[in-house]
Amino acid sequence: MGELRLMKGNEVLAEAAIRCGCDGYFGYPITPQSEVMETLMERQPWNETGMVVLQAESEVAAINMVYGAAGSGKKVMTSSSSPGISLMSEGISYIAGAELPCLVVNVQRGGPGLGTIQPSQADYSQAVKGGGHGDYKMIVLAPSSVQEMNDFVDLAFELAFKYRNPSMILADGAIGQMMEKVELSDYKERWSDEEVIEKSGSWATTGKPSSRERNVVTSLELDSLKMEENNNRFQEKYRRMEAEEQRYEAIQCDDAEYIFVAFGTSARVCQKAVEIAREKGVKVGLLRPITLFPFPKTIIGELAKDVKGFLSVEMSAGQMVEDVKQAVFDAGIIRPVAFFGRMGGIIPTPGEVVEALEQKLLKEKR
Amino acid sequence: METKDIIKPENLVYGKSELLIDTIMHYCPGCTHGVVHKLIAEAIGEMGIQEKTIGIAPVGCSVFAYNYIDIDWQEAAHGRAPAVATGVVRLNPDKFVFTYQGDGDLASIGAAEIIHACNRGENMLVIFINNGIYGMTGGQMAPTTIENMVTSTTPCGRDSELNGYPLKMTDLVAQLPGTSYVTRQSAQTAAAVRKCKRALKKGIQNVLDKKGTSFVEVISTCNSGWKMTPVQANKWMEENMFPYYPLGDLKDSEKGEPVSKN
Amino acid sequence: MAKVKGAVVVDVEVCKGCDLCVQTCPEDVLALHREVNSRGYHYSFMKNPESCTGCTNCAVVCPDTCITVYRAKVRA
Repeated sequence: MGELRLMKGNEVLAEAAIRCGCDGYFGYPITPQSEVMETLMERQPWNETGMVVLQAESEVAAINMVYGAAGSGKKVMTSSSSPGISLMSEGISYIAGAELPCLVVNVQRGGPGLGTIQPSQADYSQAVKGGGHGDYKMIVLAPSSVQEMNDFVDLAFELAFKYRNPSMILADGAIGQMMEKVELSDYKERWSDEEVIEKSGSWATTGKPSSRERNVVTSLELDSLKMEENNNRFQEKYRRMEAEEQRYEAIQCDDAEYIFVAFGTSARVCQKAVEIAREKGVKVGLLRPITLFPFPKTIIGELAKDVKGFLSVEMSAGQMVEDVKQAVFDAGIIRPVAFFGRMGGIIPTPGEVVEALEQKLLKEKR
Repeated sequence: METKDIIKPENLVYGKSELLIDTIMHYCPGCTHGVVHKLIAEAIGEMGIQEKTIGIAPVGCSVFAYNYIDIDWQEAAHGRAPAVATGVVRLNPDKFVFTYQGDGDLASIGAAEIIHACNRGENMLVIFINNGIYGMTGGQMAPTTIENMVTSTTPCGRDSELNGYPLKMTDLVAQLPGTSYVTRQSAQTAAAVRKCKRALKKGIQNVLDKKGTSFVEVISTCNSGWKMTPVQANKWMEENMFPYYPLGDLKDSEKGEPVSKN
Repeated sequence: MAKVKGAVVVDVEVCKGCDLCVQTCPEDVLALHREVNSRGYHYSFMKNPESCTGCTNCAVVCPDTCITVYRAKVRA
């Protein structure tokens, strides 16, 4: 068993990065995730593992530092919160276009604009549908506990390198700020320069030896036919992710007549709502997407056969609900898919969720 | 002695650098980019550092710099080359990393990135091509466009009351403690080209010696954008740009070493 | 006394006829040809080859690196 600690979600992100052999972190302070860089600076991993930590002049610079370092084959990350992620979107698009692996963490706060510093899930669409310009996808992981803040760092890097694609951990201010018991991962060695060349030498800017052609990291291709070919390659990769990487947790879904679909903090609320509903005699289950892209549509399609309806519960105006509807539709089944959410930094209460279930699904049926 | 008797391998005194890729550059006839690309290739080749060099290309006419010099390259978003270079060099401190940027890229959209990279003293060489105009997009005003100069967005000439003043980025970065060597060069005559090459080699050597940021501005022509012949453009540059952007070293942290005179 | 004599070879297809080499040549060796290359440029050539000293100035200023320079010592 690994080392047990009581830690904040944001602190755990930093600790997990050091332990999984991350080579570099570039960031810019923004509430509610500033503890990530603060923890790294406090820990001084450059003395321990050689990991580089740098406070950039902006989120724009931070993501481009990630682009540069990732282009040289290194395992690098950044973290920010919603307004900062908007600034990074240009860079993320370039990273996806150049097919570079990296990790971007978004500890979401309420928007739009400067919004609030309270937790939100209103960046769902930005995260899973692209966010920046062009047709691209990120692998998006949604932790709902401090433990998953630890576990998903390594997983995100693993998937990023598997697909040569940016990964995102889409958390929210509540997960970032809350303290929970966490079992920390064991230390992994950082890759040596030789290992980097072995893994990524075919594309990374490791310096051109006479034994190979030069490597060029770019997203530019002016020949439209070639650019379409590139896009086809990206799309094929995204379809492969959809086939192989759908992750979820199903809680009390076996006998359920209704399903809450919720991720992150909302899923924690819904877990309690399942209990309350069952006490009231309504058989409800919770389907918690862990990967938001690829969205776990297969399991939703399967559940649709046996249940009477879905309630998508989100801390937004209703973004994931569109994907739930699409998954049910794609399964060729007609089932009501309703939505309940709070916005602006408000976390719904379990009571509100059950009430919404009664109003939006049970009432219509009876 | 006949010409054919002179043209023999043993008599070769100037040939194309092996690091210059055998292709025709997309630049307009007479473009300074071609000259500076050649100098970079020659310098890297002569210093034997191809294997440790990573170039960062900008957005602008020189976006395709990576098609011409046989080293590993990363293509940065517009203005972000110094941040990209920072990421590369921080994680690969023994590599030679340089950015190649035009005036729109470095002095306008990327002003924050260049100032902060230089202020941190990132161990890299910045090559700044200043031709006072946006070449690729069709000759619009750049932050470095000199006063009264006609561009497609200043058809009556740059008016400082409307457009502000031409930005002397090189003077600004020379003020920053992170820079060790800051110089302004040109490449319109054989002597200027040779001098510019020495400046580039010195910048590279400074990076190899881990002296922080070296910054070489090259006052350049964009004869297409300026709507002149290459020869007229060189003359116009000497008469109009040099007074505002005087050539020479602005900073050389190696005190006591005489500044090259030719 | 040893004298030097030079010669240049212009890669005609790469030359864009920018005229910079012609203007920079101190011995007035080079000129732009009446003919054009396949891309329509009046390429540079040695109009007065006997005057070339192989100083390399033309090659140094050439933005397209299409000039190769040779130089040999000749006995006067």
